[in-house]
Amino acid sequence: MAKTIIEKVWNDHVVHQESGKPDLLYIDLHLIHEVTSPQAFEGLRLKGRKVRRPDLSFATMDHNVPTKNRDVIKDPISKQQMSTLADNCKEFGIPLAHMHHPDQGIVHVIGPELGLTQPGKTIVCGDSHTSTHGAFGALAFGIGTSEVEHVLSTQTLWQSKPKTMEIRIDGELGFGVTAKDVILAIIAKFGVDAGTGYVVEYTGDAIRKMTMEERMTICNMSIEAGARAGLISPDETTADYLKGRAHVPDDEYEALKEKWLDYATDPGAEYDRTLTIHTDEIEPFVTWGTNPSMGSGISSAIPHAEDYDDAGKQEELKQALEYMDLKEGQALSDIEIQHVFIGSCTNSRIGDLRAAAKVIEGRKVHPNVTAIVVPGSFTVKMKAEQEGLDQVFKEAGFEWRESGCSMCLAMNDDIVPAGERCASTSNRNFEGRQGAGARTHLVSPAMAAAAAVNGRFTDVRSMVNVHA
Amino acid sequence: MEPVKKLSSTITPLDRINVDTDQIIPKQFLKRIERTGFGQFLFYGWRFNADGSPNEKFILNQPPYKDSEILVAGHNFGCGSSREHAPWALQDYGFKIIIAPSFADIFYNNCVKNGILAIRLEESKVKQLLEGGKEKQSVTVDLESQSIHYNGEQWTFDIDPYWKQMLLNGWDEISITFQYEDEIRQYEEQHH
Repeated sequence: MAKTIIEKVWNDHVVHQESGKPDLLYIDLHLIHEVTSPQAFEGLRLKGRKVRRPDLSFATMDHNVPTKNRDVIKDPISKQQMSTLADNCKEFGIPLAHMHHPDQGIVHVIGPELGLTQPGKTIVCGDSHTSTHGAFGALAFGIGTSEVEHVLSTQTLWQSKPKTMEIRIDGELGFGVTAKDVILAIIAKFGVDAGTGYVVEYTGDAIRKMTMEERMTICNMSIEAGARAGLISPDETTADYLKGRAHVPDDEYEALKEKWLDYATDPGAEYDRTLTIHTDEIEPFVTWGTNPSMGSGISSAIPHAEDYDDAGKQEELKQALEYMDLKEGQALSDIEIQHVFIGSCTNSRIGDLRAAAKVIEGRKVHPNVTAIVVPGSFTVKMKAEQEGLDQVFKEAGFEWRESGCSMCLAMNDDIVPAGERCASTSNRNFEGRQGAGARTHLVSPAMAAAAAVNGRFTDVRSMVNVHA
Repeated sequence: MEPVKKLSSTITPLDRINVDTDQIIPKQFLKRIERTGFGQFLFYGWRFNADGSPNEKFILNQPPYKDSEILVAGHNFGCGSSREHAPWALQDYGFKIIIAPSFADIFYNNCVKNGILAIRLEESKVKQLLEGGKEKQSVTVDLESQSIHYNGEQWTFDIDPYWKQMLLNGWDEISITFQYEDEIRQYEEQHH
């Protein structure tokens, strides 16, 4: 019978199955960072347990790391969290890309970069954006700290088989429309809990034409649509990306590739639910509210409460606009910003930096705006510097930083002050996400760059035209 | 973990939808390396004013709800980040049961692993509980019989039988998994 990639990967990893219980699934790769792991390691120590497969585990420091000067960690508790990870990795024999290591970066950027992320694998991490790795056709999802402890000691997890959902993106991306706009449009159209209880596979012509980096942006935000995991069937683009990566041996590549491509969904396979969106519906997006579904195309305005039938939605809109200090019916192009953040596991890869630099080149950051670029990894940073992108950003007035999660969640010193507004390429616009009282607008790297130049949201398509 | 069985408590009504884990426990409080002590930071941005004084308008700061152990909220509770600090904070503050029309998947799992009973209940019934909570009413939840007793009515709720046993017995899941050691080893011999 024709199967989806979701069923294929799942079935390949069942260690134990019996009725009345979830399945016991084997985990091929466990990624670890400093924030959600200390209590798990402590749990092992308290019970005298070991890490079953340190060789299938990989750790890095990303959430807390300073991006200005690696040697200055102002917060002693952040420092302790990082030294605790280093101690735990040493004690249990887990490979670690520490803050000064050339492989360091955001965990969801370095997994693919190193070739640890591969089609058909089960991948977990104590971080909800683990869905990013689904771009390669891996079943990858975020877990809590208790599950981190469970994976450390057993290399397995008890999981109930999810329902399957196809999200098909028909058509070709229009000029100036990016993967970020596509996923924001999907979340706006179907809601922040459309994918709850499902694993999603993204399909359609638009997906097939995307680069791996663009596919990662899409899968990254699956969790913002409620789905723990979002996958894309592997193809030549997937295999090409992985060729020559550190954990993809050259002499095994052809055999691996054949195995990888077999995971792709069979023609005629059925999903429990299918949603579709056409690229004609999608223009460069800006969120205006306090969850990722509260966004619209740049040429539109903030909705009115009466546009919604549901009383809960109406109340949510009012609460969001009060927090955001915006008004019903206000045009998105009227919103002025004070900060720009280009970075995060959603949009900090080389393609993202190139897209932003293309808009920035020859222009200046608006005098009212503080703008920073935080590359996703040390490798991305080096590559960008080889291409001279750092110079483009710096000449325009951007700060060029070291890699890490940074202002996406503001656990380090990169914080948006209360009451100020940030155009951010990250994934969450929740209240207080980028700092207590800070107001976040989610956008693509190109739209963030356009906002940096103009001090307000601007349709980047007009700027690139003029520039060309 | 502590087993969950039967509990009666005043309802704390949090009448909001899509409550995310960044609201349940903001990121500046995720830096502890222990599992304990997060209750003081629960709903920090809503519970406290910018100067650190309690926001009297927020439900948790109102006297009748001080000792409540049952939180009732709108749909998609616990969305966003996978941080287990969210259930740790709810539990440390004193909540043992959360009732909502729906929960985010990762948050739901994290609750079960910590002995918090998260109950999915029809929206119309959740609305009744939210209204009742505003009137300081109580509710009784019995996990064994999967029943909710409220205002003279009795409702039942669904729960996965496996998770139910885990909660009733307070089992350590890792100890259970160790019983499958032979199967895990066989899998590894074939695949890794």
